[in-house]
Amino acid sequence: MTIQGWILIFVFVGILLALAKPVGLWLFTLYEGRRTPLHAVLGPVERGFYKLAGINPDEDQSWRRYAVHMLLFNAVLLVFTYAILRLQGILPLNPLGYAGVSDHLAFNTATSFTTNTNWQSYGGESTMSNLSQMLGLTIHNFLSAATGIALAFALFRGFARREAKAIGNFWADVTRVTLYLLLPICIVYALVLIANGVPQTMAGSVDVTTLEGVKQTLALGPVASQEAIKMLGTNGGGFFNANSAHPFENPNAFTNLIQMLSIFVIGTGLTYCFGKAVGNTRQGWAILTAMMILFLAGVTITYWQEAAGNPILHQLGVAGGNMEGKEVRFGIAASALFAVVTTAASCGAVNAMHDSFTALGGMIPLFNMQLGEIVIGGVGAGIYGFLLFAILAVFVAGLMVGRTPEYVGKKIEGREVKLAVLAIAILPLIILGFTALSSVLDAGLAGPLNKGPHGFSEILYAFTSGVANNGSAFAGLTANTPYYNALLGIAMWLGRFFIIVPMLAIAGSLAAKKHHAESAGSFPTTGGLWVGLLVGIILILGGLTFLPSLALGPIADHLAMIRGQLY
Amino acid sequence: MTRTAPKSIFSAELIVPAIGDAFRKLDPRQLIRNPVMFVTAVVAALLTILLVIGNDPLSFGFKLQLVIWLWLTVLFGTFAEALAEGRGKAQAASLRATKAELTAKRLKGKGSDYESVPASALRVDDIVLVQTGDLIPSDGDVVAGVASVNESAITGESAPVIREAGGDRSAVTAGTRVISDEIRVRVTVNPGQGFLDRMIALVEGAERQKTPNEIALTILLVGLTIIFLIAVATIPGFASYAGGAIPIAILAALLITLIPTTIAALLSAIGIAGMDRLVRFNVLAKSGRAVEAAGDIDTLLLDKTGTITIGDRQASEFRTVGGTKVEALAEAALLASLADETPEGRSIVVLAREQFGVKVADLPKGAEIIPFTAQTRISGIRHNGSIIQKGAVDSVLKANPGVGETAAATELRRITDEIARQGGTPLAVAMDGKLLGAIFLKDIVKAGIRERFAELRAMGIRTVMITGDNPLTAASIAAEAGVDDFLAQATPEDKLVLIRKEQEGGKLVAMCGDGTNDAPALAQADVGVSMNTGTQAAREAGNMVDLDSDPTKLIEVVGLGKQLLMTRGALTTFSVANDVAKYFAIIPAMFIVLYPGLAVLNVMGLKTPESAILSAIIFNALIIPLLVPLALKGVKYRPMGAGPLLARNLAVYGLGGLVAPFIGIKLIDVVVNGLGLA
Repeated sequence: MTIQGWILIFVFVGILLALAKPVGLWLFTLYEGRRTPLHAVLGPVERGFYKLAGINPDEDQSWRRYAVHMLLFNAVLLVFTYAILRLQGILPLNPLGYAGVSDHLAFNTATSFTTNTNWQSYGGESTMSNLSQMLGLTIHNFLSAATGIALAFALFRGFARREAKAIGNFWADVTRVTLYLLLPICIVYALVLIANGVPQTMAGSVDVTTLEGVKQTLALGPVASQEAIKMLGTNGGGFFNANSAHPFENPNAFTNLIQMLSIFVIGTGLTYCFGKAVGNTRQGWAILTAMMILFLAGVTITYWQEAAGNPILHQLGVAGGNMEGKEVRFGIAASALFAVVTTAASCGAVNAMHDSFTALGGMIPLFNMQLGEIVIGGVGAGIYGFLLFAILAVFVAGLMVGRTPEYVGKKIEGREVKLAVLAIAILPLIILGFTALSSVLDAGLAGPLNKGPHGFSEILYAFTSGVANNGSAFAGLTANTPYYNALLGIAMWLGRFFIIVPMLAIAGSLAAKKHHAESAGSFPTTGGLWVGLLVGIILILGGLTFLPSLALGPIADHLAMIRGQLY
Repeated sequence: MTRTAPKSIFSAELIVPAIGDAFRKLDPRQLIRNPVMFVTAVVAALLTILLVIGNDPLSFGFKLQLVIWLWLTVLFGTFAEALAEGRGKAQAASLRATKAELTAKRLKGKGSDYESVPASALRVDDIVLVQTGDLIPSDGDVVAGVASVNESAITGESAPVIREAGGDRSAVTAGTRVISDEIRVRVTVNPGQGFLDRMIALVEGAERQKTPNEIALTILLVGLTIIFLIAVATIPGFASYAGGAIPIAILAALLITLIPTTIAALLSAIGIAGMDRLVRFNVLAKSGRAVEAAGDIDTLLLDKTGTITIGDRQASEFRTVGGTKVEALAEAALLASLADETPEGRSIVVLAREQFGVKVADLPKGAEIIPFTAQTRISGIRHNGSIIQKGAVDSVLKANPGVGETAAATELRRITDEIARQGGTPLAVAMDGKLLGAIFLKDIVKAGIRERFAELRAMGIRTVMITGDNPLTAASIAAEAGVDDFLAQATPEDKLVLIRKEQEGGKLVAMCGDGTNDAPALAQADVGVSMNTGTQAAREAGNMVDLDSDPTKLIEVVGLGKQLLMTRGALTTFSVANDVAKYFAIIPAMFIVLYPGLAVLNVMGLKTPESAILSAIIFNALIIPLLVPLALKGVKYRPMGAGPLLARNLAVYGLGGLVAPFIGIKLIDVVVNGLGLA
């Protein structure tokens, strides 16, 4: 580990924390539906959309109505993208003349982008037309992100409102987040990327002669625009197969830093926004602190392991850390940090191959996802997932102060506990269930390229990434098969909506409750004790479930490496 | 005050029957009420079958031990519940016996003709006659007569109490005995719904409903069980990838150690014991919900008299007006009070004798007493041709119209205000139409009550004093006692308004009361404790009844509610934290055949895989009986703010729960290997 490496990590965290409040305040303005300076320009566009769709943005929706509208919206988008992918061969903007995508891949990809996962069983530049990329996929990058933030707003309203029947209007939330948050930032962001050399063109490819005198075809396309929302919306689906390791997606150290920041920035802002919404910003800071502790612990382990490198290679005289699968222009620290950021959040963009990380270095990204991506997490999804754990933490330990547990003034009772457990249990059920299934079926066993515990990690990582809606790949797994495409598609769908629906039910149930005034006898949900408790409960309830799978995957892998065996 | 000496939880008298009950409770229909223990029993049964027909590399002795410890885990849970119920059952039996012998003298019409019927034949609005020596057959209101009643069957208090028609002491309870005079009682409940029935059901815990909090906790435990079931059920798949197989017995052991058996086994015992503590404290809660609500209270409304001040005011000073000598005032006051048997009257006599050496020993011959009446609000004495009057200042002035404009009257009013500001009540004394001065009756704030309120404040509970006094007096007493707020000249309607206001502000409110006009406020309060001496209406309205009729108990009731919730929380946290060590015991033991390198996870250095698994399962079983005393007695409760309380309990039960099993499992492993069990 180097000083420069740690400086990068602390600069990253410092900028992030400095952005939490301004971004949080902007989000809070949208949460409240208040006017922003951008309304002067975009206000008519917003109203135009409502008029066109016949929507009354002031209609307050019950949680059920909110959920149904959200589900219908996503189902329609899923079908739309499926159709575009299947039909891309006969649709325009297809300079390289790609044929339509296979049914299982189209299902997998449409689900993947609808659920903000952006798992890619395909190589973008060799499979998708420009129309598919821009209309079929990028649209989800905006709308799945906006959906996530809207859902977080709905849950915030559940905590903040008192004896209310409704939790906001889904259409208004999605439209406002898209117009006043994602779109403006992305326009500026894309221009910055273009200035740094990221292509933005409708051309399909360009032929160049390399220094060695060889002719090479370089794929091009509208990369910068997709790149911006890919990061900001924690989508992660790259234009190119190599994702952010590709020099056209992520050319230099500066773009690498802003890409990492843009993954976390909205999620961080949402913690502040939560505090504002419930009337006590310390509540938001407490959550952010707990997240940062988990994050920095992960970064430390991964960086340490990657910097320590592989003892077997050391014996062979290859000194230094583990550079396999990493880009030389980023190095170990920036790659380790990127890997932890992208899996802590539900992004899934990669600037290095996680499969080539050391066993324990690669276990942290895996574990981050198994926790449900609640360390900052996907835009919106991170904070609502985290709040589910907060509800459980309050319930487990809250009784110890001799009162019915309450969180930010709302009593946590049987209904909330039931729904939170339901939402959280979907992670182990699908991750462990599908991994176990794939460990015994021939179709599943055909996937991993490696043997032993490392191969097991590849399967485990794929389903974890799918259910957690991350989308990063461990690589090393041949996933573009009917079996994996179908199973991963299902995993992504369940992992998104089987958490969202109970979560919205909690929002509805909380909104209807009375607000309970805070006193010296109330369970403290700010301060160090609470932060420590949250971290403990998340590790025990969220993490312990996966210990057997981790023991048989990365841990066994690591121990074998120490004993001189590689897989 | 005390019923019977509380039996120790661990007396043979309670333990022996509990062992029998522990086996009876294995009935699946009962067991399913506790899903986690039900799962444990199912797994134990499954392993018992596999013991006979199973085909795996494990030795029979090892599997037999696993099966035994699994069954013991279940039995320890049912035993804990049976033990908690034990004390109540004995009490219920004696109450049942009382109930069985009740007969009634039901009146036929207005006269005194009656027929003898069993108590079970009585219906609401029947009128029954209860004479000296009779047991009162049903709950009801006295409609005629006055009697002294021994209520020891219910309250344990053997000093008789007065029950009379009208007013706030009209309620009588079935099973209590009239020991003098006779009364007519209007029946207010139908058979099976009376106080006695409720008490039997309560102490016996037979129809114990799970409380909201307990239900929520059960849901969490079921959820955790499902999650761990998933975690364990998928292991065979993983193991098959690694090219091995894990015997079912070992998977079963992992499952049972991971699911929260500790808290699940003790959960109902904690609830029963909590109610039992309340009963032994002579408070009957009509539902477990009320006990939980007591823990959540934010605002306590406390009656001044009897709670904050000792019930009786004491004379503390004589203040003269118009140049009267203080000795003269003392003597006059004494004479006027000699026949006054109220505590205030007696305290005046004591003060006059002790401070001023007034020698009058007994009522002088020929003196004529002027009795206190509600109309005049004055009492006094005619003696040697003089008339001495003593009473409320306004009343005395009214009774002596001539003095109204004198300087003495002005001075008296000034003194009166001063006394009120100091938290006292003034009584004026006049002799032959001339004002002598005032007696300062002081409210005596109970010793130690100030500290109690400080504790409550630290716990985040606001105290509001309710008093009929004027605002000046109330403010002074409030300051002296250290309550947070007060409601002066309070009418029952004011109380109701105050409760509603607090509740609208998101607070939970507790109060106690006894009169019929307290009933609406008792019903509105989240916790309403009615006094057993109170009216039937008040007893119906509240959700708890204090058999000792001691309003101070409201504070303890809050403490008991908190203790119940804390005990549950502490054991849940302990149970969940235990899982870390159990993982570290079983995972390496289970997977070592697949990847020998995983032996490094065996941080406890357990000797063999078999002994590791056995030790974990033994620890998991033994921790239940070890925690039974804690579950039944409740965790130690100290009044303090939520922050320090959480820090303390997290350190003890969170950190303790993390560390204890590492030590425990290691020790058991040493013993298991020492005895050659694995």
